Amino acid sequence: MSAQTAGGTAGGGSAPVGVVLVSHSGPVAESVATLAVGLAGGGDTVPVAAAGGTPDGGLGTSAELISEAARTVDRGAGVAILVDLGSAVLTVKALIAEGDELPEGARLVDAPFVEGAVAAVVTASAGADLDAVAAAAGEAYGYRKE
Amino acid sequence: MLDAAFFVRWMTAAAAVIDREADRLTELDSPIGDADHGRNMQRGFAAVVKVLETEPPATPGAVLIAAGRQLISSVGGASGPLYGTLLRRAGKTLGEAPQVSVEELRAALAAGVTAVGQLGGSAPGDKTMLDALTPGVAALSASFDAAATASEEGALATVPMQARKGRASYLGERSIGHQDPGATSSALLFAALAEVAK
Repeated sequence: MSAQTAGGTAGGGSAPVGVVLVSHSGPVAESVATLAVGLAGGGDTVPVAAAGGTPDGGLGTSAELISEAARTVDRGAGVAILVDLGSAVLTVKALIAEGDELPEGARLVDAPFVEGAVAAVVTASAGADLDAVAAAAGEAYGYRKE
Repeated sequence: MLDAAFFVRWMTAAAAVIDREADRLTELDSPIGDADHGRNMQRGFAAVVKVLETEPPATPGAVLIAAGRQLISSVGGASGPLYGTLLRRAGKTLGEAPQVSVEELRAALAAGVTAVGQLGGSAPGDKTMLDALTPGVAALSASFDAAATASEEGALATVPMQARKGRASYLGERSIGHQDPGATSSALLFAALAEVAK
């Protein structure tokens, strides 16, 4: 499963924040990207990329796919990276510590994966900056289901 | 004093011992993990050996940084960023010195272990690689053999522990009675170090 841009480019004005969705599973990352862009309405102005599974299509985390996805969605306004479990979290943290593996302004966003992805893409599509996108995604933790 | 060639031999020996023990690591990872630790580590260290053979770095620090980078990019599981961070932080701590003492190596690995604990949010006793790394690094002041023995004992000591980090932590009490695969592979790193120091 390769990194894929689900959204388009900025339609004038300031550049949008990019969103990268990292899952252990390629289909999960792709589907959450499609869901977030679909639910965001105007979300097709936000560059969203999925980085799921390993390059050979297995379950796991690929540093290579994450770096590629982040470069794909970088428009200079920062990149919000949302992750699912264990090695996805650790790999993104390690890549950020590396310094030159991700675009400048790439940030690991602490958020629930699906709800956070929707919140991030909606907020980014409203032209918000990276701080606001990260905050909106993180706030999704506060939405209780019972 | 230890030079870059010594560190390349260490990483090569580590790759060989992980290759030999890959099936056992995966077996240990079956009841409490996702049964891929052996294969993941094998793939990561094969990539390390390849890059060290193609472009041999000039200093001990550069060897560890190059090795750590390969592990982060090619392992595919949580052990990649964790081992990658261990080696990279140790390598950065060694700086550009062409040769380092055993004490400098110990201090560098100690910095690496601290970074692993920060990255994973874990501490000794959580049934992770730290349970082998921490005693191994501490014993390095005595000798390479002492470090190998202490890390091996540390790995064995994870058997009665309940996992508090990673996938095994979802199992709660059912993680008790199994040796931690990450602590086991950490002990192999020290075994390789003792082997090349002979």
